[in-house]
Amino acid sequence: MILTLVEKDLEGTAVEVSLEALTFARALSAEGGGVPLDAVVVGEVSDELRKELSAYGVRTVHQVGGEAASAYCGAAWASAILSVREQSKSVVVMAAGTDRGNELMAHVAARAGVAMAANVLSFQGLSPFVVTRQVVGGAALEEMRLDQRPAVFSVAGHAVEAKPAESPGAADVVEHSPEIAAGDLVARVVSTGEPDTDESGSLKSAKVVVGAGRGAGGPDGFKDLEELTALLGAALGVSRVVTAAGWRPHHEQVGQTGSRISPDLYVPCGISGAIQHWAGCSSAKTILAINTDPEAPMVTRATYAVIGDLHEVVPAINDEIRRRRG
Amino acid sequence: MANVLVCVKRVPDSSSEVVLTDDAQAVDGRFAGFTMSPHEECAVELAVQVSAATGGEAAVVTLGDAEAVEQLRSALAVGATAATLVEAEPSTYGPADVARELAAVVRAHEAEGTAHDLVLLGNDAADSGDFQVGIRLAYELRRPVVNGAKMVSIADGVVTASVEGPEGVETYQVPLPAVVTIREGGVEPRYPSVPGRMKAKKVAIEERTPSAEPTGPARVKLTLPPPAPSNVQILGTGAAAAPAVVDLFEELGVLSR
Repeated sequence: MILTLVEKDLEGTAVEVSLEALTFARALSAEGGGVPLDAVVVGEVSDELRKELSAYGVRTVHQVGGEAASAYCGAAWASAILSVREQSKSVVVMAAGTDRGNELMAHVAARAGVAMAANVLSFQGLSPFVVTRQVVGGAALEEMRLDQRPAVFSVAGHAVEAKPAESPGAADVVEHSPEIAAGDLVARVVSTGEPDTDESGSLKSAKVVVGAGRGAGGPDGFKDLEELTALLGAALGVSRVVTAAGWRPHHEQVGQTGSRISPDLYVPCGISGAIQHWAGCSSAKTILAINTDPEAPMVTRATYAVIGDLHEVVPAINDEIRRRRG
Repeated sequence: MANVLVCVKRVPDSSSEVVLTDDAQAVDGRFAGFTMSPHEECAVELAVQVSAATGGEAAVVTLGDAEAVEQLRSALAVGATAATLVEAEPSTYGPADVARELAAVVRAHEAEGTAHDLVLLGNDAADSGDFQVGIRLAYELRRPVVNGAKMVSIADGVVTASVEGPEGVETYQVPLPAVVTIREGGVEPRYPSVPGRMKAKKVAIEERTPSAEPTGPARVKLTLPPPAPSNVQILGTGAAAAPAVVDLFEELGVLSR
């Protein structure tokens, strides 16, 4: 059995990266000769979610209710996942490489006394089970053996494309209310406020992102970039250089220690493309770099580039957009 | 009074190209230089702030080679008052090994009369990206753990931590002793002052040997992704490129709103 943790969005349907993880799990299942695919969901499983999981080939949906499901708590959720794992006799426990997915897999692995591989991109073989995962923010890869069972890992975002199964699974819902030890409920969320970072939320989901780096020159160097962002209905993202210098707030940061974005179009302006930044933007479908240095990594890795100072190029683009719009 | 221990790791600077060591077991930082992971810079700042607010002290620990003393000194330079080096070759230690060694330091200090009420770590190391040492440490010490906090404070023996969760900012309130892993973004790490640096040089670093043989990281090897061939299409130079850029925007359909 392969057990995949599926995370829900605010509407109660599966988050995209969990569907990617299920797609990964299916490839693993096929390699293992059709090992059944199970999903574990903490909290309610709506009809819509059940249909989604069925489309992705899930045989059994383990719905965790009771004490574990009332508020987020890493240790309690992991305890519940492991109790499902025991009943389903799973040899693999996996999740999407989200903040929560990585956290929960770490709890599961620590409790089970096994290794855990974060941000896996692919697997090489089943015996031994060797996975390739992202390290150094994706700038290097690590081949790692997962010899213990359960094999515990998370799948890096966008490592695979989410694809429904050729034949749907039964997606029978089995309810669980595992008993949670008091000690596992100590570090539990006591309250959840409004997201104070609307900007980082919209940055992560934006279809177009305008980026700004050292080339902005200072805290006053963002006017034209903000205008371009507005003209494109885009979100503004910046490099760590910019937030570390205090030019812009941290929630606008794209990179290894900021937001990871995957827009249709990313327009990095005056960003050289250090590893730290590339780790956050490499999933963009199209990149148009604007930079004075034709040798900058961001330029050589981009789909398109304009060589020039952003303070000259960006105002000209803004003017051209306004002219065409009349 | 709450004493805080912050755990840091010497990692290659991530602002330049990645080079691997000859045995493909680690990233070679000889050319890029070394730093501590960015999340940990914030963890150090929070350790100094939180301990000072309660009249306690901040200590720093690392598992690494002799050179890692540099990262301990940079924490000392911004307000930590004691430092411990567990001297070992870090690439031969897996996350479970590191957690066990950090736990051994916490227990040894406790036996010697210094309790670390709160242990802070970075959410993940900038090089190995294991995302688990803090959580494993918490299980080793049988303490509760909050993961990925941007802010922490202590009052009445309770640590309050805030985490940016998927549905908004989540607040945790956990009785001490506890473990919290930190994400960049909640505090601005201070720059070391000249007197701070001078003071840091004089602090004697406690050296410890590992408590057990490492089981290892289960790493087969590191590789570098093949360099993507550059297929960049240059649209033009300077302001004259604007019409070509806007043509591209139209082609991609990003102006049709």
